[in-house]
Amino acid sequence: MKNMTMVQAINNALEIVLTENEKVVLYGEDVGVEGGVFRVSAGLQEKFGEKRVFDSPLAESGIAGTAVGMAATGLKPIIEMQFSGFSYHAFHQIINQVSRIRNRSRGRHTAPIVIRMPYGGGIKAPEHHSESMEVLYAAIPGLKVVIPSTPHDAKGLLIDAVRGEDPVVFMEPKRLYRSVKQEIQEEEYSIPIGKASVVQEGSDITLISYGASMKEARKASDTAQKKGISVELIDIRSIYPLDRSTIGESVRKTGRVLVVHEGPESYGPGAEVLTTVIDEAFLYLEAPPRRLSGFDTIAPYPQGEEWYIHTPERIVYELQRLVEY
Amino acid sequence: MDIAAYDPLNETPYQILDAQGKVILDHWEQSLSDSELIEAFKNMLFVRQFDTMAISYQRQGRMYTYPPNLGQEALSVASGSVLQKTDWMVPSVREMGAWYMKGVSLKELFLYYRGHEIAQRFEQANRIMPITVPIASQIPHAAGVGYGIKFHGEKAVVLTFIGDGGTSEGDFHEALNFAAVWKVPLITVIQNNHYAISLPVHKQTASKTLAAKSLSYGMPGIRVDGNDYIAMHEVLSGSIDYARQGNGPVLIEALTYRRGAHTTSDDPKKYRTQEEEQEWEPKDPVNRLRSFLVHKNIWNPDEEAELIEGYRKEIDTQFLEAEQYPPHSLDDVFAYMFSELPPELEAQKQEYQDYLNATAQEPQK
Ligand SMILES: Cc1ncc(C[n+]2csc(CCOP(=O)(O)OP(=O)(O)O)c2C)c(N)n1
Ligand SMILES: [Mg+2]
Repeated sequence: MKNMTMVQAINNALEIVLTENEKVVLYGEDVGVEGGVFRVSAGLQEKFGEKRVFDSPLAESGIAGTAVGMAATGLKPIIEMQFSGFSYHAFHQIINQVSRIRNRSRGRHTAPIVIRMPYGGGIKAPEHHSESMEVLYAAIPGLKVVIPSTPHDAKGLLIDAVRGEDPVVFMEPKRLYRSVKQEIQEEEYSIPIGKASVVQEGSDITLISYGASMKEARKASDTAQKKGISVELIDIRSIYPLDRSTIGESVRKTGRVLVVHEGPESYGPGAEVLTTVIDEAFLYLEAPPRRLSGFDTIAPYPQGEEWYIHTPERIVYELQRLVEY
Repeated sequence: MDIAAYDPLNETPYQILDAQGKVILDHWEQSLSDSELIEAFKNMLFVRQFDTMAISYQRQGRMYTYPPNLGQEALSVASGSVLQKTDWMVPSVREMGAWYMKGVSLKELFLYYRGHEIAQRFEQANRIMPITVPIASQIPHAAGVGYGIKFHGEKAVVLTFIGDGGTSEGDFHEALNFAAVWKVPLITVIQNNHYAISLPVHKQTASKTLAAKSLSYGMPGIRVDGNDYIAMHEVLSGSIDYARQGNGPVLIEALTYRRGAHTTSDDPKKYRTQEEEQEWEPKDPVNRLRSFLVHKNIWNPDEEAELIEGYRKEIDTQFLEAEQYPPHSLDDVFAYMFSELPPELEAQKQEYQDYLNATAQEPQK
């Protein structure tokens, strides 16, 4: 066991998959010599050589498009978008190519590429460096979308993503890259994509979140607990596929639900989660299912961020209102 | 200067001054008056002060991430000086001198780097687009501005910037092609500062020069020493004349060096040597122009300290104004999304305001 940040855990996962599968290649902007602008791939080029871990020219569409071709030859590309806000330069490759090669070739070819990208706010960065648009990828048929919230999950889910046979958009909450450490196993292990994690069991209300917002959700859950509210906290971890049965089971037990996430509200992941609640637990509901999300605005520049990212206090406030409903 | 006569494949940049500020050409007629040169030098000094002070404000925690301009001042000041009021500028992210000369105030720049969205109104500057962070996305806008200029029958030109790294993006290539096909008055300046964050330019392209990219689109291209103010000015003037006369777009590759870090959160030691950094020191644009002016006996470096003192006061005053600017409010988050707030946004704002009121937090304007 070793105490690791999420950056270290992901680095460790990358090292494991590069070691176990010689077809794995890792590339993107500043990924090689520099080890990534967040140092996620630090030391991997030294260890595995430039043929397997390398810098690409500055072109996201080129990065995603070449990965499709590499995959056709049997390679297993892990590519990095420096920030999720710049992944849109690659959008047509992702939505029209990466996600469709299997279907288009009727299973003859596949593009099981892992597309890593830091996402989310909270680091006081310029425009486009703070947004949470996972919903765009989750809405694309043929893509899996994973967002871990702990070093342990980040490692296990990334290993599963790389071992899997489908394309995965792996979004990393940059706000949590270094803010939490966790004792994790140094040896390989994997966590299957598509399984939510029940972080804490409770009976009064189900609080559902994932990724960056889990930080506030955890705090809120602790505070609520002290106020006598028994919170069941679920980290869905996988935005698509969504673990609908775990959500249903929990809400059937608690009868109340609040989902919290960072991106815009309209047509957001919250809507999908709450629809699941309606499908799975409608007759058990004791309060209207509720979402707390970002506004339908751009992720504001640093000075506006405080209005945009929900505080634990706000989450507790909403939990209380629902419990008292 | 006949810009179309230059060979974009020529690796030797167009140059007037050597590293010591001496004229290298045998026959050269001074293309700028003494007073214009002195003005340019002062602007470069000013930009350098702004830049170093911005870095220290950032270090003091009074500003967020900032991209240093150190070593690239000649090309931005020259760009600022060649434009007329009716010309357009479409910015990239590292040519602050040019924006400033277009009328962007220091207070606005400081507000921008303090993370305040009001900054990019650029209240006193006309015909300038806001800064767009996704690399290369501005170049198609510039080609479109060029189309608009032609459409309206104006004699104006549009000047845009991009980095060496940015030339790898599809937007750059698409835009140059459009500009050439439509024959629009667009001048694209590539600031080849040799790095895109950690990636050296020789790993960015296998092309001998970046100016060479002009060949494939059918427009003149030229590589110029971007640290040589006079050469840069001549090339820009020649390109603008060419474009203004209706001949179509021009691509300029300005060779320079990013002497500082990529941004205040970057550490260049990870990817380049100190020897390399030192090699570029003598080619610094400020020192070169100063040496030229001193040789000509039209500049007394002893006067610089006082000048700089004055600049620093002015810059600090503007910074304090930015610092005292009313903070970003809840309203500001919503106000500019649409011409009128749709019901969804109205409701989201109200809900948040209700929460603030219910928990007795400061009501927001
Ligand atoms: C589309 C996109 N991808 C990645 C980034 C992150 N990024 C910011 S600056 C930069 C390097 C730019 O290099 P260059 O074009 O040479 O300009 P310079 O920074 O040297 O002025 C990168 C990769 C971005 N802003 N936009
Ligand atoms: Mg560069």
